[in-house]
Amino acid sequence: MASNLRHVTTPLVQNNPVTLQILGICSALAVTTSLSTALVMSMALTVVLCLASATISLIRNHIPNVIRLIVQIIIIASLVIVIDELLQAYAFEISRQLSIFVGLIVTNCLVMGRAEAFAMRNPVWPSVLDGLGNGLGYSLVLIIVGSIRELLGAGTLLGYTILTPASQGGWFVPLGLMQLAPSAFFIIGLLIWAIRTYWVVQVETPKFRLKLQRSRG
Amino acid sequence: MMDLLITAIFHENLALTFFLGVCTFLAVSERLETAFGLGLAIIVVQTITIPVNNLIFNGLLMEGAWAWLGLPDVDLTFLKLIAFIGVIAAMVQILEMTLDRFAPVLYRALGIFLPLITVNCAVLGGSLFMAERQYDFAQSVVFGFGSGVGWALAIVAFAAIRERLKYSDMPAGLQGLGSAFLVTGLMSLGFSAFAGVGS
Repeated sequence: MASNLRHVTTPLVQNNPVTLQILGICSALAVTTSLSTALVMSMALTVVLCLASATISLIRNHIPNVIRLIVQIIIIASLVIVIDELLQAYAFEISRQLSIFVGLIVTNCLVMGRAEAFAMRNPVWPSVLDGLGNGLGYSLVLIIVGSIRELLGAGTLLGYTILTPASQGGWFVPLGLMQLAPSAFFIIGLLIWAIRTYWVVQVETPKFRLKLQRSRG
Repeated sequence: MMDLLITAIFHENLALTFFLGVCTFLAVSERLETAFGLGLAIIVVQTITIPVNNLIFNGLLMEGAWAWLGLPDVDLTFLKLIAFIGVIAAMVQILEMTLDRFAPVLYRALGIFLPLITVNCAVLGGSLFMAERQYDFAQSVVFGFGSGVGWALAIVAFAAIRERLKYSDMPAGLQGLGSAFLVTGLMSLGFSAFAGVGS
């Protein structure tokens, strides 16, 4: 059980899918303008990831190797269609804000990547846990980025005012940049810096060194 | 039309404004030549798949598309994801075989990137945007070409910057991925400055 639990905990921060494995970045950045869209997107992705891992792992011995990618894509696409229809039925406003990004879970490299790297080779239970762990790791990054962007960009969290903006008599001047695309890149970049300062092992070794520097010591 | 083209290339750049295909964007931009090859492949694939998907979406999946068969209530739009992916995979395969047969030099240059494109979210995203914004056929051709060019432009410029970055001296934690994100953010700022051009 302890070893199974490891599948859930390591992808949370140490082997985080977004900041270390570079998987699923596309959607991670686009839906984080507010915390509520980030939350819904994380939930959708985690559910798809768990179910896809379970299904693929369940039939892994019956998938011919040559067409495994097609089989994986079909399974994932069917799950995503179900989630998309559910969101449109029960959370129409949010599904409108998420626009095409729920559909893009199909080509999200995170789902494909875990299916290919883990679920194809492991029994059902560890695969589900691996899916859950990676989904939660992804969610964690989304929630952090979403909170920062909504708090600094509009002074709210989940629509509730936290910092009263100056236009309503408060002191806080919303940073318009936070609502724009570039801020997501900056925040994730800084997040990676923070994580790698803590876990020095993850630091990529530079490919070239300046000669001058080395001679100086 | 001109507006649509310029918007698709600069202001609504798929990679830098909608974050589509950023995974590939970060992974394949270590060297300028490979980035150029991938960019070229994306332009070709986008220009072909988006119009083809447009025909399929309007002709087979839209509500009322089956009216001529006496089935006016059939609405197959929920199938668009699977249909688009199928079309993209098939198109990439056909393109690969055609290039192999008629332009072996180009095939060798693009070779390894073509299969990768099937799972690139920029390609699927382009088709989904086309469906969501309800472009007609002519618009979808322009949008396909423009978004491809925009993506290619972004990755080539990014790879060029990254080749320089290798020689720079930066904090250890920022080495590699961290700095790549910050640079992309700056580029994204630059591209958003084109807002308003052409409209």
